[in-house]
Amino acid sequence: MVKFTINGEAKSVEADPAMPILWVVREQLGLTGTKFGCGAALCGACTVHLDGQPVRSCSTPIGEAEGRAITTIEGIAGPEGELTRVQQAWISEQVPQCGYCQSGQIMAATALLRDNPRPSDADIDAAMAGNICRCGTYVRIRHAIKVAAGIEPARVVPLSGGAKA
Amino acid sequence: MNDMAKPPRSRAAKWTRRGFIGAGVLAGGALIVGVAVRPGNPVGKLGPIVAGGEGEQLVNSWVKIGADNVVTAIVPHCEMGQGAHSVLAQMLADELDADWSLVRVMQAPADGNYVVTDTARGFVAPGTLDAPDWLEPTWNGLFTKISQLGDVMITGGSSSIRTTGQRTMRIAGAAARQMLIAAAAREWGVPAAEIVTANSMLSHAASGKSAPYAQFAAAAAEEDMPQTPALKQPKDYRLMGTDAPRTDIPEKVTGAAQFGIDATVPGQKLTYAAVRKVPVPGTRIASMKADVAKTMPGVLQILNMGDFLAVVADSYWQAQQALNTIEAEYTKSESAIRSSADQFAAFAAALDQAGDQGGKELVGKGDVAGVLSVSAKTFTAEYRAPYLAHAPLEPMNATVWVRDGQCEIWTSTQVPLMARSAAAKAIGLSADDVTMHHPMLGGGFGRRLEVDYVVMAARIGLATGYPVKMIWSREEDTQKGLFRCADLSRFTGGIDAKGRLVAWNNVFTQHNDPAEACDAPFYDVPHKSIRVAEAELHLPFAAFRSVDHSQQAFFVESFIDEAAHAAGRDPVEFRLAMLGNSPRHKAVLEKVAAMAGWGTRPAAGRGRGVALVQSFGTIVAEVVEVDMSQGKPRLTQVWCAADPGFAMNPDGFRNQMEGGIVFGLTAALHGEITLKDGAVEQGNFNDYPMLRIDECPPIAVEIINADPVHLGGAGEPGLPPIAPALANAIFAASGKRIRELPIAKHFA
Ligand code: FES
Ligand code: FES
Repeated sequence: MVKFTINGEAKSVEADPAMPILWVVREQLGLTGTKFGCGAALCGACTVHLDGQPVRSCSTPIGEAEGRAITTIEGIAGPEGELTRVQQAWISEQVPQCGYCQSGQIMAATALLRDNPRPSDADIDAAMAGNICRCGTYVRIRHAIKVAAGIEPARVVPLSGGAKA
Repeated sequence: MNDMAKPPRSRAAKWTRRGFIGAGVLAGGALIVGVAVRPGNPVGKLGPIVAGGEGEQLVNSWVKIGADNVVTAIVPHCEMGQGAHSVLAQMLADELDADWSLVRVMQAPADGNYVVTDTARGFVAPGTLDAPDWLEPTWNGLFTKISQLGDVMITGGSSSIRTTGQRTMRIAGAAARQMLIAAAAREWGVPAAEIVTANSMLSHAASGKSAPYAQFAAAAAEEDMPQTPALKQPKDYRLMGTDAPRTDIPEKVTGAAQFGIDATVPGQKLTYAAVRKVPVPGTRIASMKADVAKTMPGVLQILNMGDFLAVVADSYWQAQQALNTIEAEYTKSESAIRSSADQFAAFAAALDQAGDQGGKELVGKGDVAGVLSVSAKTFTAEYRAPYLAHAPLEPMNATVWVRDGQCEIWTSTQVPLMARSAAAKAIGLSADDVTMHHPMLGGGFGRRLEVDYVVMAARIGLATGYPVKMIWSREEDTQKGLFRCADLSRFTGGIDAKGRLVAWNNVFTQHNDPAEACDAPFYDVPHKSIRVAEAELHLPFAAFRSVDHSQQAFFVESFIDEAAHAAGRDPVEFRLAMLGNSPRHKAVLEKVAAMAGWGTRPAAGRGRGVALVQSFGTIVAEVVEVDMSQGKPRLTQVWCAADPGFAMNPDGFRNQMEGGIVFGLTAALHGEITLKDGAVEQGNFNDYPMLRIDECPPIAVEIINADPVHLGGAGEPGLPPIAPALANAIFAASGKRIRELPIAKHFA
């Protein structure tokens, strides 16, 4: 029996302490926003926070979560579902393509901005280099982080205005 | 504009919108008009399938309107990141004059009524109707097997906007609008022509009447389906051509989006299968030792399926742990190819045998041999491209439940109907006994045009009889799937006394799709011979994002660059001089040159390279600036100019260009699958690396809308120019010519 909190809720699960957090979260707790990409701490798709620190849940045993707090993508919005500024920036800058990597990207960016509210390009590259986006949304990720940080303005999305043919 | 012999079903007839609907009616077959607006009103038949919601009324096959005035576009294509769901809804919503904030998207079910019949027209029933010229060469080979199966519900070929969008969604939206107006006119007793629509509302100025669409949805469904609804002219577009935000993005930032791997089986406990296929294609499992695995916690079943092993357990992790303990022996491969060196030797042998003139001619004009013999200057070049794995971030997976002669499948696929048929066949059912759920894809890139993994899962499901989710490890995904082919391509170029490329002789070994990818017919080169001398591939082939363009653009645009340097001319000026008959290509190249400040001198140690490619109907030129001052390439900027005819959603189009460029940079810099003892050597992202954010340069994209009628694709065309532009930039900066991909291995 392993005890921890997940997204603020106390939980205890029957699991081999060696089982990675990823599979406990996905299979036993039904939180599928955290993704499996590589299983080897190489892609970042499975990033969650453990006591606020980003970890690769595919390679972190659930035993390590004993008595600690896990936060997944489902747990970062406010109590009424208010999106965080990172999530809002991801929408305003239209970052995701397939979206499969984006939970991990958002968890990594959230941790970055908490520790470093005004990151430089180099800071962003260093903090985000562990997260692969196979669809290639890096340019937008970099920009959206700056939007969330208030360094660059959010885009206003025009909804009409006719064709530019 | 293409010298290539047209496939036999090519027709000269001009495609027009009215022609489409008219021809469909004239020919009279359901297949023809079925795509856009079927004859008669199909509400009765399709309603129960897709209109499940409270108070929802299906207006026609592709649009439904809810009591809350929400318009739902039913989209027959898969969403794999390319934005097809949203942009197709955007096209429909514009014709319908719908309020974009009230538009939702529903994935069309894997049901025969939702086959992408525009595709079927060209392949299943060729000759029933004229098709646009671009469709012919591009689609001819890629979907041959689909025509054989008849299961045409596919997402590929950068085609969703051009086919389904233009010829189904828009017509459906316009027809629905017309039906709503007719219903309101009848009820209000006013002429239909006086009713105005905007923001999902109907209004009649003279009588002061107005109503939301929802109020007339049911009555509209009783109206006859208009066969030739008027479509908007570009000047009247309100949503098309705008950056309407994508409908699928909000759920992708909260973790709520459901991908195939997230499937649950309602009311059932899931089990999990880890699999190990034979390492060498075509071999079998000779024996296995699973004594340890049998005793491991959670293990339910161990299956020797002949071509793969599966362990089924309570958890995926338990299944994988147990699988790791199983030792297996495999039969010997019959393939003579054991290593990458063997593979390239086979290519070289085929090319040696073909020589300067042999092989099958794909493009031929003028007198190449004669002109080469008198050219002021000739040069030769041989280029190589390796095998590549697609590596979508969501590994191959499928969830199945087989019981009582029925099968239910949940999986990420670009071809749900083909997957359904293939799975049914593998387990002895008819396709009608198989229900297919296909949620969003965590990347496709052509890999999910294949159905091998769905078949595997169905076979496991047949063996278990209880619900099971099969997930490939990343290593399986990298090693045991299907691959972008490797190839070798040889060129001879002839330059005349005025420094013009006058002769182009080329032979390579792999010719798939699009058939025209090996050519750049927009360049005016008078003497040309392009041939294929086929050679065997050791690894199975699957279309890869941009398919043959992914290697051919590197070959062709490197060759053109070498020609420019052989002629002592600037690479942009050299190309522009060959574009006299191709004004759109010229405009795109001029645009990217201006964006990049091509005439200015780059900083010390840096160089710029350019490439121009047309693929999937879109013309794209890219310039890369690379810094070689540290002895290896560091990209400092990419500029991209693209002419897709008309970008339905410019921001979405830009996003696809950015994505195609990054995908192409991974291939150009790092991508290489190699063989050892007949098996793939790479396994995970440590030895099959992807471009990461710290290597990703800024990318500037500009769009030219040159032809709002003939649209090009978005998902693939950004990729082809990037590898040659980068290789050409490295040459400009360092004098080192890269003729073999990936680039990084030249600087290791
Ligand atoms: S799945 Fe954990 S880092 Fe890739
Ligand atoms: S959006 Fe597809 S992997 Fe990042």
